Amino acid sequence: MRASLIRILALIRKEFLAVLKDPRSRFIIFLPPLLQCLIFGYAASFDLNTVPYAVLDQDHSAASVALLARLDGSGVFERRANLTRAQDIALSIDSGRALLVIQIDQDFERNLLSGRATPLEVIADGRNSNTAGTALGYLGSVVQGFNSDWIDEHGGTPPVVRVVNRAWYNPNLDSRWTMIPSLIGTLTMMGTMMLTALSVAREREQGTFDQLLVTPFRPSEIMAGKAIPNIAIGLGQATTILLVAQVWFRIPFAGSFAVLYAGLCLFLMAAVGLGLFVSSIAKTMQQAMLYAFLLAMPFVLLSGFTTPFSSMPDVLQTAMVINPLRYALDITKRVYLEGAGFDNLLSDFIPLFAIGLLTLSGAAWLFRKRLT
Amino acid sequence: MTPASTPALQLDRVRKSFRRETGESVLALDDISFSLRRGGLAAVVGPDGAGKTTLIRLLAGLVRTDGGIVDVLGIDAAVDPQAIQSRISYMPQQFGLYEDLTVRENLDLYADMHGITVDERRRQYARLMSMTGLDPFQRRLAGQLSGGMKQKLGLACTLVRSPELLLLDEPTVGVDPLSRRELWEIIRQLIKEGLTVLLSSSDPDEAETCDSVLVLSGGKKLMLASPAEISRLALGRTFVATPPDGMRLRDLEARLLADPRVIDAVPESGQVRLVTREGCVVAGRPAPERFEDGFVVLLHRAGGDSEAGPRTLTQQEPPIRDSAGETVIEVHDLVRRFGKFVAVNGASFVVKRGEIFGLLGPNGAGKTTTFRMLCGLLPASAGTLKIAGVDVRRARASARQHLGYVAQKFSLYGQLTVGENLAFFARAYGLDANQTRARIAWALQQFQLEPYLRLPSAQLPGGFKQRLAMAAALMHRPEILFLDEPTSGADPFARRAFWQRITTLANGGVTVIVTTHFMAEAEYCDRALILDDGKVLAQGTPAQLRALAPVQPGRTATMEDAFIAIVEGSRSDSARKSAPSAAA
Amino acid sequence: MGNWQAKWRRIWALTRKESRQVLRDPSSVAIGIVFPLMMILLFGYGISLDVTRVTVAVVDNDASSDSAALVGAFRLSPNFVVRTTRSMSEATGLMLDRQVDGILQIPSDFDRRRHADGADVQIIVNGSDANQARIMQAYAAGPVAAWSAADPSVASSGAVMVVDRLWFNEADDSHYFLVPGLIVLVMTIIGAFLTAMVVAREWERGTLEALFVTPMRPGEFLVSKFIPYFALGMIGFALCFLAGKFLFHVPLRGSMLLLCLASIVYLVVALGIGLLVSTLVKSQFLASQLAMLLTFLPAMMLSGFIYDLRSMPVVIRGITYALPARYAVTLLQTLYLAGDVDGVIWLNTGVLALMAALLILATRLATRKRLA
Repeated sequence: MRASLIRILALIRKEFLAVLKDPRSRFIIFLPPLLQCLIFGYAASFDLNTVPYAVLDQDHSAASVALLARLDGSGVFERRANLTRAQDIALSIDSGRALLVIQIDQDFERNLLSGRATPLEVIADGRNSNTAGTALGYLGSVVQGFNSDWIDEHGGTPPVVRVVNRAWYNPNLDSRWTMIPSLIGTLTMMGTMMLTALSVAREREQGTFDQLLVTPFRPSEIMAGKAIPNIAIGLGQATTILLVAQVWFRIPFAGSFAVLYAGLCLFLMAAVGLGLFVSSIAKTMQQAMLYAFLLAMPFVLLSGFTTPFSSMPDVLQTAMVINPLRYALDITKRVYLEGAGFDNLLSDFIPLFAIGLLTLSGAAWLFRKRLT
Repeated sequence: MTPASTPALQLDRVRKSFRRETGESVLALDDISFSLRRGGLAAVVGPDGAGKTTLIRLLAGLVRTDGGIVDVLGIDAAVDPQAIQSRISYMPQQFGLYEDLTVRENLDLYADMHGITVDERRRQYARLMSMTGLDPFQRRLAGQLSGGMKQKLGLACTLVRSPELLLLDEPTVGVDPLSRRELWEIIRQLIKEGLTVLLSSSDPDEAETCDSVLVLSGGKKLMLASPAEISRLALGRTFVATPPDGMRLRDLEARLLADPRVIDAVPESGQVRLVTREGCVVAGRPAPERFEDGFVVLLHRAGGDSEAGPRTLTQQEPPIRDSAGETVIEVHDLVRRFGKFVAVNGASFVVKRGEIFGLLGPNGAGKTTTFRMLCGLLPASAGTLKIAGVDVRRARASARQHLGYVAQKFSLYGQLTVGENLAFFARAYGLDANQTRARIAWALQQFQLEPYLRLPSAQLPGGFKQRLAMAAALMHRPEILFLDEPTSGADPFARRAFWQRITTLANGGVTVIVTTHFMAEAEYCDRALILDDGKVLAQGTPAQLRALAPVQPGRTATMEDAFIAIVEGSRSDSARKSAPSAAA
Repeated sequence: MGNWQAKWRRIWALTRKESRQVLRDPSSVAIGIVFPLMMILLFGYGISLDVTRVTVAVVDNDASSDSAALVGAFRLSPNFVVRTTRSMSEATGLMLDRQVDGILQIPSDFDRRRHADGADVQIIVNGSDANQARIMQAYAAGPVAAWSAADPSVASSGAVMVVDRLWFNEADDSHYFLVPGLIVLVMTIIGAFLTAMVVAREWERGTLEALFVTPMRPGEFLVSKFIPYFALGMIGFALCFLAGKFLFHVPLRGSMLLLCLASIVYLVVALGIGLLVSTLVKSQFLASQLAMLLTFLPAMMLSGFIYDLRSMPVVIRGITYALPARYAVTLLQTLYLAGDVDGVIWLNTGVLALMAALLILATRLATRKRLA
């Protein structure tokens, strides 16, 4: 038992030395998560800071001017062009100069004054339907404000029901608050899986693996020696991102660090298991890298990281019970923002533990099988 | 075309230094000037770290000088290296074959690079294939060849054309004596055709047949002369001593080497050859001097032996277990198949405690496969195999606690320093902190690795990598030591020092299994086995094996004579028995 | 012209060698064929940016027929799955356990206030997924409006009503803009990720030393690295294109010729990045990590593929100008969805062509037949 521990510790130390001694390799392990976290924290957002629009105002009435003034005063809408002909609409959209083109008909004010519902025709650039939808949403709320002012000034029936919107855990519905905690799982999974897969493949390619096999190491000890340093590096990467989230983006942390790190440990165990699994199949570093990537790709895409998990087909949602990232995203977001505790997260912890157990033992089995 | 009167090579005060990762600068070549005329065969010899590889890379235009002029075939290497590269052929020390291409495809690639026509190719390929014995393996992936065969394929790729100048960096490392002989024939043929060949070698025997020899040591030029001139340096200082009855050859050698008046001693055909200091007579009767003797004297005189001197302090280690004669390794009808190919075909042998047991055989004979099975890295297809009474593969991991293994290719962690590698293996074998510290200190002193303690092991000079690998395998004082071609590419001093260490270990009760291509080294073994085509052809003591060589009047048969006779005899037998069936 | 003949022969031999290596390595084939197919299936059938259904917990404190009608309106909405709860604390619990995405709370005085000064209903969304939360808020307006409209006691009044139309993408189907982005992503992976390893691999395995001392010129070596991976990239392109056309019926509004041209130019850029990285770092491990950082993640996150460039802060948007994927995504989305809009196409193609030229030049300069 003690000898086994000494061996594993020696392997762990060696693993750390091999990865962290080279300044270039240190750099490549810790800089990318940091950079990506900063960049994606700013970039990956469905919120729009500005909505460039063009207007074809055929009414030129007090009402149309008031509506446009309201848009321009919103801080989001930015008028790029005042069109005079309907033919110009296509050009504004095609060239990408305007995301929306608002067309105000000649009888806009007249209709409004007569108490009729007045259409406001809006053409949106659908190249990115998500962006278009968001922009239309913004427009809707400006128009709603305009309507209630109009009713106040010109009379009419007030609405009988008001919807009061409130958002919990992220009061301003800031996308960044969603993004950064998600990055903790996504970036560390990509990192540790590849690192683990490569570390074994590198030993194979350089012939040092045989040297390991003639020493008293048992396969399980080699696995442990490979897994622990990579889990630790993953935790290091996660901590880096966590620090950026708190120090730079100042996103309040609602939960408990103990719960978060416990979840991360389980998650990284699963990720490292997958990495070892890949490395027991791959013959060369290139294969290890590419297979790890091929495996990580669907896990990332189908985790709910960039697109909503609930809109995936049911079959895939079911199939994703094996996706560790899915649970990790749930854990990080919920612990970070909602302050969820162990009891809320059992449905994530248990599957993660199972996946970790399964991949690690599967890798160990393949490992032994390849030796014989 | 440059006129034939210009020298093939002309170097004027060439300097080259490298910066190690640890920051210190290493002078690889120091003020080297020489010129070499066209035609003929020249050799660069010198101990490990002499600067041989750097010199050849400079000539090939792969490295820039720090100062001085390198002129190859009348072209300044600093100005137009491509012009040189288009006109020469070069074989690097580690020829990087494309392992996922077949033998033939590798060859075709180089033929295309040199623009060899189809006709020329047909003629050249036939010659190269028979020379290297690769003919049956043309469609095999290069990655699946044995180490020695890879080396031969690299050589074949280099020789697809006859350039004006041929640069070979240690071309025969890992190549068996049979192929080596054929290789030399090809080189001599090329020279007859007017080619200039420059090769580097750490084996002085090879230099003996060259027209001129450049001796380098520590980046400095010691001498450029004909082999005969260099041999004469040892005039009157070489002797042959015969061991008295009951004394092992290697023990006599060790005793002679311990004498301060002796500068070199090496076993040969049941006797020990020795070179003494000027005017000293120690033992034996005078013998004619050879190139190697002159080389040793030259290096000794230059003090160049400080790094790799023949005399290493070898502490006698406390014996492991005093039960000599007990069977340690028992192999019976061992078979290993790879698909249809039978790599090892019914090998049986027994090794006793404290023995040095040699596995000899041409490239691809199945030595490494046998080795890997013994170490538990590869399962046997059939037969039994017991190490200290247990099958290593089925035994618990702790059974490996008693083994030490040094692979053919350097396989320690390149990014880790010498100290870190040693510490890792010590801990891997379960040594505690105190033991680890003590063993590292022992290894650094034993293998003279102290100056390199903090150097990443990938940057060690070749010979020192070998020492480090050996040191790592000895950290836990194994009872059984497996060494796969430990001396290939090592200089004579390193080899001597190596065998001294092995002798000491064996005397301490360690069982040593070793493969080697230097047949003379089989003289160090207690018993040896000759393997070819996966089958055991002969086994016995060196004297018994030597007795199998045909009697030649006027000289005692060497181990190499015996080896060639045995292997060739068996090959012609099997060729007669079964019409040439192409191997799978 | 014997010189040229020899040159072509060398290029041919090297290309054949490289192609053999590609074909014999299952991982290259996996990246060239399996990866595009996998992405097509995932993007086509797996993920969607559109949030289709959200689960809402209803806390009806009023329990009047009016409130029941409002809840009924939510039930009828295709966007909501309603879960009735008895108390707010139960709803809160469900929210924390992620059983529901939001809460609809109807006050106890709903019926009374509705006929007085108007009643408030509260929509509480889980902000830890900001995007989904915002979409849910927008969805909630639907049933409320439907319910109001069905109420005869509410008279209509003059108000502006937004009538929107999405150009290019009337179906509002995220496939429409995912397919162009997918082509870029696939070509990035094949072009940059795969090639990042191939030169480094030759350095690591020492295969270059002997090859350097032949009449081979560095340019010939690079061309031979280019050709097989270019072919692989074009196969990936063809797969994506065909899937877009026949599986997802995404119309191509621009010309086929321009689409091919644009894709080829981008593929050359991607190959250039891969080869340059590989040539500079000479280590498979570092090259693969760098390629990941420099190409894959930007292509995914900073290209306008999933996250709109317009949502990004100025600094990040500045960074995207340095990334080829940005131009490629704009170019392909325009070609697919808007047609041949000259200004957009030539500007972006020009920038990509310039990048390609610079990368090739830099790679050529970095390739020296010299050791260390």
